[in-house]
Amino acid sequence: MTEAPEIDGDIETLIAHWRRELNRAGRVDPATVDELETHLRDQIDALGDVGLDPAESFLVAVKRIGNLDALARELASERYQRLWKHLVLSTDTVGAGSPGVGAPPWRQLVLMVACSLGAAAAIKVPALFGASFADDGPFYARNLSLFAFPFVAVHLGWQHKVGRTMGWWLVALFGLGALAANAYPFASAQSDTQIITALHLPIALWFVVAAAYLGADWRHRDRWMDMVRFTGELALYWVLIGLGGGVLMGFSVLMFNAIGIDPKLLVTEWLLPCGAVGAVVVAAWLVEAKQDIIENLAPVLTRLFTPLFVLVMVAFLVSTVVTGNGIGADAIERDVLIGFDLLLVVVVGLQLYAASARDPSAPPGPFDLVQLALAVAALAIDVLVLTAVASRIGEFGWSPNKTVALGENLVLAVSLSGTAWLSLRFWLRRCPYATVERWQTGYLPVYAAWAALAAVALPPLFNYR
Amino acid sequence: MDLSKDLVAASAAPLVLAILAEGESYGYAIVKRVADLSGGEMRWTDGMLYPLLHRLERLGCIEARWDDGTVGGRRRKWYRITARGERDLAEHRRQWHMVHRTLEATRNDAGPKARRPLTHLSAPPTGGVA
Repeated sequence: MTEAPEIDGDIETLIAHWRRELNRAGRVDPATVDELETHLRDQIDALGDVGLDPAESFLVAVKRIGNLDALARELASERYQRLWKHLVLSTDTVGAGSPGVGAPPWRQLVLMVACSLGAAAAIKVPALFGASFADDGPFYARNLSLFAFPFVAVHLGWQHKVGRTMGWWLVALFGLGALAANAYPFASAQSDTQIITALHLPIALWFVVAAAYLGADWRHRDRWMDMVRFTGELALYWVLIGLGGGVLMGFSVLMFNAIGIDPKLLVTEWLLPCGAVGAVVVAAWLVEAKQDIIENLAPVLTRLFTPLFVLVMVAFLVSTVVTGNGIGADAIERDVLIGFDLLLVVVVGLQLYAASARDPSAPPGPFDLVQLALAVAALAIDVLVLTAVASRIGEFGWSPNKTVALGENLVLAVSLSGTAWLSLRFWLRRCPYATVERWQTGYLPVYAAWAALAAVALPPLFNYR
Repeated sequence: MDLSKDLVAASAAPLVLAILAEGESYGYAIVKRVADLSGGEMRWTDGMLYPLLHRLERLGCIEARWDDGTVGGRRRKWYRITARGERDLAEHRRQWHMVHRTLEATRNDAGPKARRPLTHLSAPPTGGVA
């Protein structure tokens, strides 16, 4: 740019900086950046001609070009019409869930790939020591979350700038989980306490991942709702990736069978396990990289399924009343207990997710009534299960399964009654929605504590049987 | 004059096409031409011209080329109107003309329910339509 000798080196630095700002995160293609830079320089020259000094000209010219974030978004939406492009293109950090995301996308991408490869490799490491998915099912069941979650935590912790002290805490908690999963002398492969640990450890460790997501903000309860939203969106992405993975595996089987090679080993030993754990990291990255898409999808799904869950649960309650069959009329099977607890966990998840997607300032609407019905129906079912479990304990004494079931249903009963009561008050306009939300987020540590207790403290209490 | 956002958005494309119909041009010159033609009354956020140019290019209303920078000293992306752009421009003109005519007609056609006395109509409009 030799034709503008009056512009000193300082201006060049300013322009270079402006260019970088515009091109940050590679969001505007280089040709357009050049085009805009020429515009900026033309403008600066013109302003210089009417007597402004270079620095002033620069400021005015920059102001006339306008807000770079808005411009970049506008250019991007013009350039990328397709959804998938939107997914990969991170335009800015406007989303509420990503206040700490500052690294350029390529670095996030590299980190994501590294972490998901790490997870995929981790699940194959035990095979080096002779473990196999077929023969060591219990080992893999207990450790499943440990193959994926630490890598998600590293990925999130890096992005959200988790401090050193907190980092060590997270490592220690994962270490504790690994210890419980592997050092406990479980009585047998089928022992109840082992299954309980395998079921609860992922829940407890997910809260460690959540801490990595929140980073230094973990004390701020307002941010906990972001964590809930993050969890729900991640689950959705993971399921979507899983569906794609299923198609991929189907085609692998088809193609290799066609040339007379049995692809069973490839699919069950590599594609499925490595894909499943790696996909957790990818899903976490997708939630962060592009929030708008699932953000629109998830509330719709919640609204679709909340009434359906209410209907099914009400139908179930009516059936129990009409037939007089209590839960576990014959015997309480473990599967039944797990099934009902899972149902209640899904209900609480739906509630939490609906709360996180709701505008707290909106007045009560019809959907809030459905939410209230959901809480009440779930509470009724919870009470049914509780009475069944309690009567069995009275009759046959304590067992690991019954203890866990009792504790779980108590924890959920308190949560559900609080939600039901506050939702009713909100529906009657006696309290703001924030009260319901605060109750739900405030209860999250109880879930974490209970899951940790069941996974780590319960097996020794019952002698690992 | 402060044009409403909607009006700026609606008028930007026809203005750009009209200016390019005068001859090949580039971003900064287009902004300047708009300012000159409107007597400095119409000012865009300069940057926002580029997404519009790129859209018109994608739609095939204009076409672009880069020069090598030997003439003006700076590498520029030049835009030129296409036949399709000409057609679109004609359509834009027709529509704007119609809106303008209709708006003016409300002033001239007092009708039975006109509240203003006729003397007002003969007075020159204050502010006026450019």
